[in-house]
Amino acid sequence: MSTSELIGAPAPAPTRTALPGTFLASELKLVLRRRRNLGMLGVLVAAPIVIGLALRASSSSGEGDGDAPAFLGEVAGNGLFLGFSGLLLLMPFFLPLAMSVVSGDSIAGEASAGTLRYLLIVPAGRGRLLATKYASCVLFGLITTVLVVTSGMVTGAALFSAGDVTLLSGTTIGFGETLWRALLMAGYAAVLLGGLAAIGVFVSTLTEVPVAAMATVAAIPVLSQILGLIPQLSWLHPWLLTDTWSVFGDFLREPIMTEAIGRGLLTHAGYAVIFLSFAWARLTMRDITS
Amino acid sequence: MTSAIATSALTKRFGKRTAVDVIDLDVPQGSVYGFLGPNGSGKTTTIRILLGLAAASEGTVHLLGERMPDGASAVLPRVGALVDGPAFHPYLSGRDNLVRLDAADRTATPADRRRRIDAALERVGLAAAAGKNYRAYSQGMRQRLGLAASLLRPRELLVLDEPTNGLDPQGTREVRHLVSEVAAAGTTVFLSSHLLSEVDQMCTHVGIMRSGALVAQGSISTLRSALATRLRIDTRAGDDAAEVLRRFGLRNVAADSTGVTGELGGAVPEDVVEELVKSGVPVRQVIIERPGLEELFVSLTGEGFDVDE
Ligand SMILES: Nc1ncnc2c1ncn2[C@@H]1O[C@H](COP(=O)(O)OP(=O)(O)OP(=O)(O)O)[C@@H](O)[C@H]1O
Ligand SMILES: [Mg+2]
Repeated sequence: MSTSELIGAPAPAPTRTALPGTFLASELKLVLRRRRNLGMLGVLVAAPIVIGLALRASSSSGEGDGDAPAFLGEVAGNGLFLGFSGLLLLMPFFLPLAMSVVSGDSIAGEASAGTLRYLLIVPAGRGRLLATKYASCVLFGLITTVLVVTSGMVTGAALFSAGDVTLLSGTTIGFGETLWRALLMAGYAAVLLGGLAAIGVFVSTLTEVPVAAMATVAAIPVLSQILGLIPQLSWLHPWLLTDTWSVFGDFLREPIMTEAIGRGLLTHAGYAVIFLSFAWARLTMRDITS
Repeated sequence: MTSAIATSALTKRFGKRTAVDVIDLDVPQGSVYGFLGPNGSGKTTTIRILLGLAAASEGTVHLLGERMPDGASAVLPRVGALVDGPAFHPYLSGRDNLVRLDAADRTATPADRRRRIDAALERVGLAAAAGKNYRAYSQGMRQRLGLAASLLRPRELLVLDEPTNGLDPQGTREVRHLVSEVAAAGTTVFLSSHLLSEVDQMCTHVGIMRSGALVAQGSISTLRSALATRLRIDTRAGDDAAEVLRRFGLRNVAADSTGVTGELGGAVPEDVVEELVKSGVPVRQVIIERPGLEELFVSLTGEGFDVDE
């Protein structure tokens, strides 16, 4: 006889009835509804527009610049390059900053609000909660990078001419291929942010103070980039999180130069596995006393 | 029959400090169990361990027959809980907070989510304020939302940590009503409180915590019967009355300026009063004092009801 028959309470046997994506969709919505996150997203999407307007103002005054960084020199010739520029300019600091905020908040925010205990009582499951939180961070990163590229390309096309793109290797590709490469770059940037997000989620399991987690995570890519500048540490460089954060130009060659990109994907997958394991160990062993 | 909650030698230490000290809880199915204790006596800590939020230092926990925390995913959907006050996202409405919690439950059916949430909000009297941001809720409204979350699905066990905290008298009455309603439907209710009168009114069983130890446990009537009922006679002839009471075998008879009291024991109060009148003792008032939880508590601990440190 089941317990519910014994006491006559109409409690249904717990079976899996919800779709697997329901929880993730709900968490992603929570991230995207937060005004703070929306504000960051808005600033990131506006950045390529501001850059485009600045370029437009300077190019109409007749200053061509051949060796400007991050394809900025190409933008006047072909506005679509603004999409790539946007990603390259935001990748060193502002995109990881946004990811630090979202991933640093993921568990610590719930702990400080006290909602963590109620999620676990539901029960969301500690491992499942972690996976869902991480997935919502990664999706937030992907949405952000895609929007940044889109905003850049649309702005560029509107302010400058848009046409076939001449690659760094001299080959010319059409509009469809350009879009595809843009999407690949956005995806690659999202993987980079995903590596950071794993660190962020781990740091977030360590504290009940979300701001502390966010600040710690935000410092990591900065520190990594500083270490990357020190030649005496060259042995360390291939393992640094940010070592492959500026190879977006490799997507604009024919064929795509996959060496550094592949290494970037691998190291970030490695970072993700390691730090998610740490996070899992920490969250499953920890007393929830907030 | 298995107990709804059973712990064996449950102990929790924070560093050197023992917050829960070898307790054997036994909460019968279908009971309304009042978990009493002063501030800091270990009630919330115990509840956290019961629900798998914190790990026991020693001892075991069975919840609805399942070993915790291993059985958490199977057993927790059948348990509704309010722990250490309500907690929700401030920038979501009350309803959206419930939607979010329900979405986290992989065993909840999304098809009737709306209906279940509406019903829960209705039940705690929050339907009108469901669309407001949680941030804008008063403390009592927050507490009600916490109760609604515990009632999102039919439960076999409700664990309510200080459910009437922050509620107005009307709200307190509603909670009492709610508890008796779910109990009548067969749900076991385990509620913690530091209010003796609250437990006295709602519960069939009681467990009393003191500095982390469970100093008493059982049905309220059993615990009460362990205490002597006292007979009090208001009279100006206290000494004469005491004489009569002693003749009837009442123990611990004590006279004061307003009258006399004694432990009734097996004596029949009517006979005592008749004898008093016959003996010419002018009786102004006769009171039979049944011990409340307050007396029970004091008799068990020999102390008042202050913070445990
Ligand atoms: N995370 C923690 N770390 C250290 N000590 C703790 C922790 N949580 C609780 N304690 C201690 O354990 C004891 C029991 O606390 P608990 O919260 O269980 O009391 P309580 O009975 O719920 O009190 P109240 O009626 O005030 O809610 C207290 O002395 C408290 O200081
Ligand atoms: Mg408490």
